[in-house]
Amino acid sequence: MATTRAPLRRFADYAVLGILAFIFVLPVLYLLLGSLKPSDEVLNGLTGFLPTHLSFDNYAAVLDALNSDSTGYFWRFMGISLLVAFVVVTGGLFVNSMAAYGMSRLKWRGREAVFTLVLLLMLVPFESVAVPLFYMFNDQRDTIFIQAVPFIANAFSIYQFHTFFRSIPPSIEEAARLDGAGPWRTFFAVIVPMSKPVFASVAILTFLMQWGSFLWPVLMVSDPSVRPLPLEMSVFQGQQPPDWGQILAFGVLLVLPVLIVFAFFQRWFVQGVASSAVKG
Amino acid sequence: MKTVEPAPAAPSRREQGPPVNPVKRARPVRTNRDWAHGLLMSAPAVAGLIAFVGIPFGYAVVLSFYNVRLGSPLEPTFFGIEQYRRLFTDPDLSGPFLRALLNNLTFAVVVVPLQTGLALGLAILLNRKLKGIGLFRSLFFMPVVFPMALVAVIWRLILARSDEGLLNSALHAVSFGNWGAFDWLGDGATAMASIIVLSVWQGVGFQMVILLAGLQQIPGELYEAAELDRAPRWQQFRHVTLPGIRGTLVFVAMLTSVLSFRVFDQVYVLIHGGGLDEDATRTVMYQAVTTAFDQNNIGQASAITVVFFLIVVALTLIQRRLVRPDNED
Repeated sequence: MATTRAPLRRFADYAVLGILAFIFVLPVLYLLLGSLKPSDEVLNGLTGFLPTHLSFDNYAAVLDALNSDSTGYFWRFMGISLLVAFVVVTGGLFVNSMAAYGMSRLKWRGREAVFTLVLLLMLVPFESVAVPLFYMFNDQRDTIFIQAVPFIANAFSIYQFHTFFRSIPPSIEEAARLDGAGPWRTFFAVIVPMSKPVFASVAILTFLMQWGSFLWPVLMVSDPSVRPLPLEMSVFQGQQPPDWGQILAFGVLLVLPVLIVFAFFQRWFVQGVASSAVKG
Repeated sequence: MKTVEPAPAAPSRREQGPPVNPVKRARPVRTNRDWAHGLLMSAPAVAGLIAFVGIPFGYAVVLSFYNVRLGSPLEPTFFGIEQYRRLFTDPDLSGPFLRALLNNLTFAVVVVPLQTGLALGLAILLNRKLKGIGLFRSLFFMPVVFPMALVAVIWRLILARSDEGLLNSALHAVSFGNWGAFDWLGDGATAMASIIVLSVWQGVGFQMVILLAGLQQIPGELYEAAELDRAPRWQQFRHVTLPGIRGTLVFVAMLTSVLSFRVFDQVYVLIHGGGLDEDATRTVMYQAVTTAFDQNNIGQASAITVVFFLIVVALTLIQRRLVRPDNED
């Protein structure tokens, strides 16, 4: 009985998954199609899904519309977002991995206290320091510095690195040390090269969080010359009357970089999310 | 969890190391060196955390006891617990704040079971050895990488109030024109439900991945044993699956409840230009930002922030409580 049911069950599995996935992907499909259609055909009931009059005109129009000092420049928004993400990711990988190494593999007085402090600070969500930070750094508004620097040191990243470094067998370090390498050299020449998985998953998680960052720019950025993409998305969609084709084209351009990263590195990403959470 | 295995790195046999250290004899020497190095290595990150998390956090508590306004010529004055009294009891000021608290609570009470349950269902469906299962996993996970500002805009179109809105015209077609056009975002009765739907759509993949990892830890023999006992699928779910991922499930539920108190982006975007009903959807963070930014009232916004933090910490502590006993057995 079980054997005759198996193919049927498999078919049912595919059917259920297929239907669910289709419903799930509809909004994304709508975004893509809408960005390629003439604006007056986007918000048009179910026909919004018909692939009619497809062209890249909306993309050209977005670049054209956001091309002056008063509106800001599209490529500049993109550049600001990329720059901030780059600084946060690379700076973060550097300082957080180093700190985690110092706290997990070197023995020094007070390291337990310092690591406990890190774990405690991990509990403080950014939202609960946004207002005082906004007040403290009010004279730094509209700078790239204030968009990036507060996010470089990251307690959760330190925790992820710490968990990984702890699992490295001590014999590897001992060998390096016997060769006369100091802790810095051991870290950069031996530990870092063998820790690629954790670097990859921390980098991707940080990039994802940073790319969608919205609350902080809302508070700190008003000048279009340093405005990041997600904030501009909010400004752009609020224009009257809304030009839907252009708004959706803008949206595709906003999500494209992170989709590319996701497509290429999703294994690391999913692994990073899952392992940190299950261990947590 | 499959702890990520470090690559089997060969012990570095460097042809020319640094000049061989003459003091290679004693442990104490090395420990002393480690002290300075460990501290130095930790310093940049720890300094950053103290500067941008620790100090601001303490400062929030201090500010909440003062009457501080941005750009005001008046010096900040000590206010005691006045900010908190106003938030909770002042007839003029407490209205929006208490509404925000209530909205947040509603959001959490609906989203936590809904999103966790949906994520569990998807994880079970996706925990199969089927061809192309990886593709399905990616599809359900994809919305997680979408910036919330964009998700809000896509759903603004789907839920548009005109009869050209996607959902409205679908309902129109299904009901043969009997259902009129709803103003999903602008109507106080459906505004919060709309925010819930789009938030779950964006976030469920995240919980799904965590639960999937939990499911994959359940030993296959348990299912084989259940098969031998001819236990029906439902029984397998109750007696093998659920106990096997209890810890993960509690973790996910608590994580979701913490996240659900941090809701801000989608509400902000849709109120500013999306025609979302403000009163029905304002959240605690929305309230903090508008109080600080639009009203320049830093003292009051800090008090809101402190209340927000207390809620999140309470949830986190409950999570620890719930997860721990499971870890021990």
